[in-house]
This record gives sequence, structure tokens and C-alpha cells, in this order.
Amino acid sequence: MKQLEFEDLYSEFWFDIETLLNNKNKDTHEGLAEFPQNFRRLCQHLAIAKSRRYSASLVTRLNRLVQQGYEKLYTESSRHKGGILEFIIYGFPAALRSNKGFLWAAAAVFVLPFVLMMIAVMLNDQLIYSIMGSGDVRNMESMYDPSLRKLGRERQSDSDIMMFGFYIYNNIGIAFKCFATGLFAGVGSLFVLAFNGLAIGAVSGHLTALGFTETFYPFVIGHGSFELTAIVFSGAAGLKLGFSLLAPGENTRLKALQLSAKDAVKIMYGVFIMLLIAAFIEAFWSSSSTLPNAVKYSAGTALWVLVIYYCFFFARQRVTAYQHATQ
Amino acid sequence: MKLDTIALVETPEGIDLQAELAGLVPRTLAYCIDFFIRMMIMMVLGIIFMFFGKAGTGLWLILIFVMEWWYPVLFEVFKGGQTPGKKSFNIKVINDDLTPVSFGASLIRNLLRTADVLPLFYVFGIISMSSTKHFQRLGDLAAGTLVVYSEPEQHDSSAIKNVAAIAPQLALSEDQQVAFVNFALNKGRMSADRQAEIAEIIRPRLPLNTSNATDYVRGVGKWLLGSKH
Repeated sequence: MKQLEFEDLYSEFWFDIETLLNNKNKDTHEGLAEFPQNFRRLCQHLAIAKSRRYSASLVTRLNRLVQQGYEKLYTESSRHKGGILEFIIYGFPAALRSNKGFLWAAAAVFVLPFVLMMIAVMLNDQLIYSIMGSGDVRNMESMYDPSLRKLGRERQSDSDIMMFGFYIYNNIGIAFKCFATGLFAGVGSLFVLAFNGLAIGAVSGHLTALGFTETFYPFVIGHGSFELTAIVFSGAAGLKLGFSLLAPGENTRLKALQLSAKDAVKIMYGVFIMLLIAAFIEAFWSSSSTLPNAVKYSAGTALWVLVIYYCFFFARQRVTAYQHATQ
Repeated sequence: MKLDTIALVETPEGIDLQAELAGLVPRTLAYCIDFFIRMMIMMVLGIIFMFFGKAGTGLWLILIFVMEWWYPVLFEVFKGGQTPGKKSFNIKVINDDLTPVSFGASLIRNLLRTADVLPLFYVFGIISMSSTKHFQRLGDLAAGTLVVYSEPEQHDSSAIKNVAAIAPQLALSEDQQVAFVNFALNKGRMSADRQAEIAEIIRPRLPLNTSNATDYVRGVGKWLLGSKH
């Protein structure tokens, strides 16, 4: 068949496909049912055009159509993955529960330095200076010194917003970096986890030894439930990345890395949301000086229970079912 | 290893789709443009936020966070794989099966930017790009994404308007035909001197009375494209 005959025969068919592909209106379903079939036919036309050396312009046109059709047919549709709500209810807990090993490892690397440093700082009051400069220590002391607190006076709401911005910028940035540097065989995540454990442990120990417990603990208990767990989760996601390179199993290292990243990023979605909540609580609730400590303690404890329950115990069967369905 | 700037993906229908990979230079320049745009936004809004005191500082910090982590993700996902910088260099991010980049993949490649930047000035990213087949930085490797030219280079047929089509006197292989056609269409936009230099290489195989080798090769290309006059 000569090229002109070929074009005459199929130009209407190509035109129809072109119209379908360029149709931006998502509500029309006309022609969609036959699309896979028509797409295969189009691919065949391209193959024929190529093998018969038809002109470059025709091949280019068909190539472009095939490319567009390919995108239409094979692009991952987000519609079938459920919305944000479904992710929050089932997806995030499922992602956490299928990575328990990494969570335990990350928790250990964070909590052990935390506890050891806290005890060490309480025993030796000079040790805090190995982590922080003396100016920072004095700053921190004055922040939580009960005798310097003007009771009953609320902090201005605009400085609450300032701190909200700071917590988002700083804490979420740390979590993202903690995840990303896990790529280097997990070393970066381990470092971020351990360093934060040491620093927070040192501060807690120092303030406890000074007896500032009635200002410090009511402040941290509320947002700690979201913030500390989220940091551990981001570390676990990073460890997963690094581990896939160290022990790729049956896959190539590259394939193993891609699979683990796909799973780990689900944890990071959750971490992001958790840290937004933490920043909100820390800026607008924890900092309030009019709320009585009893309220802060009970609300904080409730949040801890809620977070742990949601992440690891809530709707066990449904989450397991979701886990299997999406694998 | 065969060095090539084309990524081939075979579709289930047995068709090879191809995309032209973007190298280090356009990607770096695109990054610089994006960096400049981000700085401008932060500066302009920063000045506006200054009038809002401490609350303004908070909003500014949130803005820095968004610009640092979400600017590329949001553009890549909602603007067809292109940040403004990438758009100005006609390059875009796609999944390695040549489908539009997905949200998860875009987030992975942009979070892992942190690893590419290390130890300074994207050294790890540059090493990774120069040593992988598809010019991928570490984030691209983990996310399974490629950076490619978004429009295949347009053929410029103006170059063959003024030459006569010439039937080749030898049987040409497929590769040779493609070479003639590409030359005729001036793919790559070479200077006249460079064109002459390339055309002169096959002078010994051309008819003896050929005066202008460039026009001759171009004429053969025109004939191969289907023009007979």
C-alpha cells in the first residue's frame, strides 16, 4: 500500500482518536470503552508506517498520538487510590504497621540516648554544656524558670503565629532531612535520631534537676505525642531506604530502593500531617500560661494514648485488609 | 556502555516510545531560574510580611518552608512535570515508564534532594547524574523519575526549501537514510561552516561535478523525505 492510500484509509480513525485525546472535558465518556482496542490498532498503524518507511511527518504524527494515548491509558489514576481521608484512616497506620522492624530500631536509637543523657545530665550538671553553649542554656533556663513567669498573662497571639511558623519550618525540615539522609545506608537518619535524642534528653534532664518540672513538662506533654513520634517515624522511613540498599534481597539494589521509597514516602505523608498538628498544638496550646497544669497533663496524656492507639491498634482488621489490598 | 541521550520504553503493545534525556547543563540552569524565582517571591512577600510584626515573621517562615520543600512538588504534579525554570528550558520530569510524574514520585525525588545537595553544591547529585545511564540524580533513582525534553525538537524544514531533491546513487542503509534526513532538516541547528565540514567528509563518494556538498547532501535528504523535485 502506498502512503497516500494508507492515509486516506485511516485518517478518519486517527482524527477520532486525536479528538478523544485532546478532549479536556472529563465528564464525557464517549469512546472511552473502545479506547484500549483503538489504541492497539493505532500502535499497529505506527508499526506499519515505520516498517514501510512512510514519511517522517506521518510517523511523527502517529508517534505523538501513541505517546498521548499511552499516557491516557497507563497513567496511574489517583481516583482508584482513595482520597486523603482514606489514607489518614487506613493508609498511614497500614504503612506504619508493615514496617514495625524499622520503627523499633528508630525508636531505640532515639529513646536510648534520650534516657541515658537525661540521667547523665541529672547526675552531672556540667554535662549539659557538652551539647549546648552557655548562652543557650541560660536562655532555656529563663524560658522555663517558674519565678520569672508572669502568671495569668497570655502571650500575644502574634508571637504564637511566629512560633507556629518556626515549628513548621524547623521541625518538618528536620523530619524531611532525617528521612532523606537515610539514603546513605541509614547513617544520616541514625545521626539525626541519636542527636535529637541526646539534645532533648539533656534539656529534660537539666530542667528536671533544676526543679522546673511544673513549667517544662506541662509544656512538652501536649505536642510531644505528635512531634516525638513523628521524628521517630521519619527516622524509620529513612532507615528503610538505607536498609534496602544494604540488603536488597531478590531485587537489584536500584529496584529495592525504589520499592522501599514508594512505601517509605507513605510514612512521610503521615509525618508531615502529624508535625503540622504538633506545630499547631505547640504554638497555640502548649504555650498558654492560663491553662492549669492539670488540664495540660490530662489532655497531653489523652493525646499520647490517642496517637499510639491510632497508629498501632486502631481498626486492626480493616487496616490489615487495606494493607493486603494495596500491596 | 553505549552512550545515548534517548530513553526507550517498550509499551505492552510492542511500540518503542522514546524520550530525549536532559543533561546536567539545562537542568542546572533550570534550577538556577527556579532558585531566582523562589528568592524573588520570598523577598517580595518578606517585605510585605514585615508590616505584620511577629505574625509576619511566622508567615514568612511558613513561606520559606513551602518554597524549599513544596515548590518543586506542586509544580511538577500540577503543571505537567514542569517548574517555571524547567519550562523555560523545555524540560520536564516524568516517571521512568514515560507516564506523567506521580505525586509520590515527585515528593520522593524532591525530599531526597537533601541527599543530592551533600556534601556541598549538589556534588553527590552531579556524580550520580554523570555515572548513570539516564542522567538521574539520587532522588531520581529512588523515585524512578527522568528529566526529559518535553517537546521533541521540531523539525525545521525551511532549510530544504531552496535545494533540489536528488536521488541517491547508492543504496543507503536505514541509519544512513536517517542521517541524511536529519542533516536535511538541520536537526541540532548547526552553523553553515559546521554543516559544510560535515558534508565534506563524504565528498569522495559524491559525483565528481558536485560543487556544493552541503546542498547535495541536503538534496538527497529531501528526496528521502519523499519530495521528487
